[in-house]
Amino acid sequence: MTVIEAENISKRYIIDHIKGNAKGNTLREIVTDNIKNLFTKKEDNEVSHEDFWALKGVSFNINQGDRVGIIGSNGAGKSTLLKVLSRITEPTEGKITIKGRVASLLEVGTGFHPELSGRENIFLNGAVLGMKRQDIKNQFDAIVDFAGVEKFLDTPVKRYSSGMYVRLGFAISAHLEPEILIVDEVLAVGDAEFQRKCLGKMKDASTSGRTILFVSHNLTAVQGLCNKAMFMQKGQLMEMGETNHVLATYLSHVQKTALESWWNTPEEAPGNDKARLKSIKLIPDYLDNLKHLDVRTPFKIQIEFWNMIENANLNISLHLNSLTGECIFNIGTISKAFDKGVVFAECEIPADFLNDGSYSISFMVVKDTSTAIFNFEEALIFEIEDYREGTSWYGKWPGYVRPKINFPITQLELESIS
Amino acid sequence: MQQTVIEAGRSEKYYWQDLWRFKELLFILAIRDITVKYKQTFVGVAWAIFRPVLTVAVFVFAFDKVAKIENKSDIPLQIIIFTGVIFWNFFAMSFQQVSNSITGNANLVSKVYFPRLLMPLSSVAVPLLDFLVGFLVMVPFLIYKGYTPNFNILFVPFFLVLSFFSAFSLGVIFASLNVQFRDFQQIVPLIVQYGFFVCPIAYPIATIQELSWYPIYQWINPLAGIIEGFRWCLIPNYQYFQWDTIIPSVVFVTITTILSVMFFRKKENSFVDYI
Repeated sequence: MTVIEAENISKRYIIDHIKGNAKGNTLREIVTDNIKNLFTKKEDNEVSHEDFWALKGVSFNINQGDRVGIIGSNGAGKSTLLKVLSRITEPTEGKITIKGRVASLLEVGTGFHPELSGRENIFLNGAVLGMKRQDIKNQFDAIVDFAGVEKFLDTPVKRYSSGMYVRLGFAISAHLEPEILIVDEVLAVGDAEFQRKCLGKMKDASTSGRTILFVSHNLTAVQGLCNKAMFMQKGQLMEMGETNHVLATYLSHVQKTALESWWNTPEEAPGNDKARLKSIKLIPDYLDNLKHLDVRTPFKIQIEFWNMIENANLNISLHLNSLTGECIFNIGTISKAFDKGVVFAECEIPADFLNDGSYSISFMVVKDTSTAIFNFEEALIFEIEDYREGTSWYGKWPGYVRPKINFPITQLELESIS
Repeated sequence: MQQTVIEAGRSEKYYWQDLWRFKELLFILAIRDITVKYKQTFVGVAWAIFRPVLTVAVFVFAFDKVAKIENKSDIPLQIIIFTGVIFWNFFAMSFQQVSNSITGNANLVSKVYFPRLLMPLSSVAVPLLDFLVGFLVMVPFLIYKGYTPNFNILFVPFFLVLSFFSAFSLGVIFASLNVQFRDFQQIVPLIVQYGFFVCPIAYPIATIQELSWYPIYQWINPLAGIIEGFRWCLIPNYQYFQWDTIIPSVVFVTITTILSVMFFRKKENSFVDYI
């Protein structure tokens, strides 16, 4: 059964661009501008309006019990879509038909009043989210228990620690029992333990036949939790369907970012009079049907540079750094004598070696194994996506490397221990 | 199963249905406002007694003892001022609360849906509570002064509703405009301050009734009629109020309320884009 039917929804915002003298949006400015316009010709009016379509012609159907993950880069229109679906803002065009009670969770603890006690806020927040007073009463103990704030029920929430605040907020939302649940990035807050709890609760909700719409940048969570996904870009729905399929499309889109850079002539290339960079490339050896780099993908790093010193003993030292700047490893080629011209080096990174995350590559050209004649920091920045199977844990996998090392586990004795 | 249709220019029918469906939220918001107002105060709701009593004391001192304004009515000025101040506090506070209701709940507006009209409507809670407490102090005072109210007191709710809706209609327009232009936030206290002197709060209506422009005043100041009606409810044999003088006020309040709600509805959907 279709529970959400969206036909051609668009949402337009009007952005004012002002040329010439600074004008604005305050009452005074609007009044004075209008008075000025009485005396000046319309053509002199330098304010131009630009339409910005946060959503453009989005149509989709969602069936009962679907768990739909909405993915896309920042500004793709995901949050606008959720706001339209939860009726916070109305669409400029189009029509949506929703069957069933909707609860939207765009933030944890919406409407919490800092002066009110935990107890009072449970009722307030519950009502704001559309629960009946009686429902809240019935669920009260469960909520308090889930949040673990029994002792502080009569303390104003302004004195809560941020963790308690978030837990209480989520506990209330978790006990909503709507037919359709809309969730925005709740997992972005809280610690790993809390995120695990949230995901668990959402999984429970979905097994009981509820429909869930879930916006997240945590692709692992989307992969594990959702059976369908929507990929949005620039306000348009690019693809909707099977989660793994949509995720692959999405990743191949976002990873089109420069995995290589090159220069045609030494004059324009970065470097100095001893060495100049010709090109640096990251060449993934994609697995079947994949167009993105994930933990399973082996890849090569190729460096070409112009050597401008006759008969020099050179080697390349390559650093692979995490985005926070820690060096994960440093490897060097052997040192060899080169004449003037182009020098090429290639490094192979095996599959199942780096963990998911963002990395950068820096390298040095070293003369006589002791003097760095050219140092290029952050020559390439790239991202490795997560992939995992056979686990229902979606938190961030710790560590910089994720090698596939043989790690067997077996049962040795079949004995009952008494 | 409940079905919702979302489209541009959402239909009126659904709106009023929703308003009814969310009635519990109305009470919860009202209770929240009251609780918050007296949270972390030592004497709590007793402030609702101190405030009007002190105001009356100061005004009696200023107008009766210092300014010695001419009292052309046969009622002591203390009683005129007390009844006036209790009424005015209710009106002024309702107006202020309603004007501030949308921007004051910005976190709700941008994160969750419910008919926005609930916010100005629930704003009546705090002024109403203060009024009731003040009323309970005023009635013994009237009796003590020898002006025991007669059965006219039963009409108090009528005038209270009338004054709430006059505050509501004005406030709702301010609330909607305030979302985009915070200038209106600056005007509200001025209106309250000047209104106090423009309306017959601290002086009897008899003082201005003989002036040549009084008939116009009566029409352009619908509050004057309501205040006089309120005094008529409380002060026995109050001769300055006739029922026909309230008609302009009732017409005025009804029309402005309808217009302001229409205005609010028109602006409501764009609140989230500007707040």
